[in-house]
Amino acid sequence: MKHFYTWSGIGLVVFFSVVGDVLMSRAMKEVGDVHELVRSAGVWTAVGRILSKSNFFLGVTAMALTFFSLLFALSWGDVSLVAPASSSLTFIGSAFAAKVFLRERVDRRRWVAASLVAAGVALLAA
Amino acid sequence: MLSHGMKQTGHISIHHLQGVILAILNPWVALGIVLLLAFFAAYMSALSWADLTYVLPATSLGYVLLAMVARFALHEHVSLLRWLGIVLISSGVGFVAGGPALTLHGQHEPLVPAELPDEVLVAEDEEPVVASAASSGGQR
Repeated sequence: MKHFYTWSGIGLVVFFSVVGDVLMSRAMKEVGDVHELVRSAGVWTAVGRILSKSNFFLGVTAMALTFFSLLFALSWGDVSLVAPASSSLTFIGSAFAAKVFLRERVDRRRWVAASLVAAGVALLAA
Repeated sequence: MLSHGMKQTGHISIHHLQGVILAILNPWVALGIVLLLAFFAAYMSALSWADLTYVLPATSLGYVLLAMVARFALHEHVSLLRWLGIVLISSGVGFVAGGPALTLHGQHEPLVPAELPDEVLVAEDEEPVVASAASSGGQR
């Protein structure tokens, strides 16, 4: 039963983290290149443009939920399992989500990169 | 830095929430929060011109940097398994940095040379994006 709780906690962390990243990425793609925007219209226009995107606030909410679900997961399971599992599964999950929801072209190079990074993070945090 | 500061601040009880305010006044915690905000700003600006599947592996270089700081500044012991992890992350980032930064909407686009800004891809109504693997290094 403890395993079930731990892995549901990890699942929640990964879910909210991926949702947050996808929403944030979508919001920033709507805004456009921030460097160009700051250069042409100034910092405050760029900040205003970002703050006008609902996806930005949804993304921030999802990121806050990631943090709270991490706290729950840590209270249910050991940090040596929860930390590496959630952070490395996030890399794989966001590659899937980017392909499906953001229509990014995730080629073999990027799959390999996401898997290598996920494995590396798991080893580092283990 | 946050960890260092919070250890200086000591235990915070749920019944003494003014402890949280005191914690923010600790210079280490304040500096940690400022750096977190800077990370977030850099992350968002990177997402504005590059794919999520490009930015996310690049941010994981932070783990490598952290391990390096732990080894060389704090003189902590870094095990063989962790060195292997560092190698895996670095090669993963190397893999993704060699490809194009932006591949929106499933379009097949070549890596755009920086010298030819006129030929950059304009995805929908976005600003033209020049793929530049080198500038990803600064984004954590």
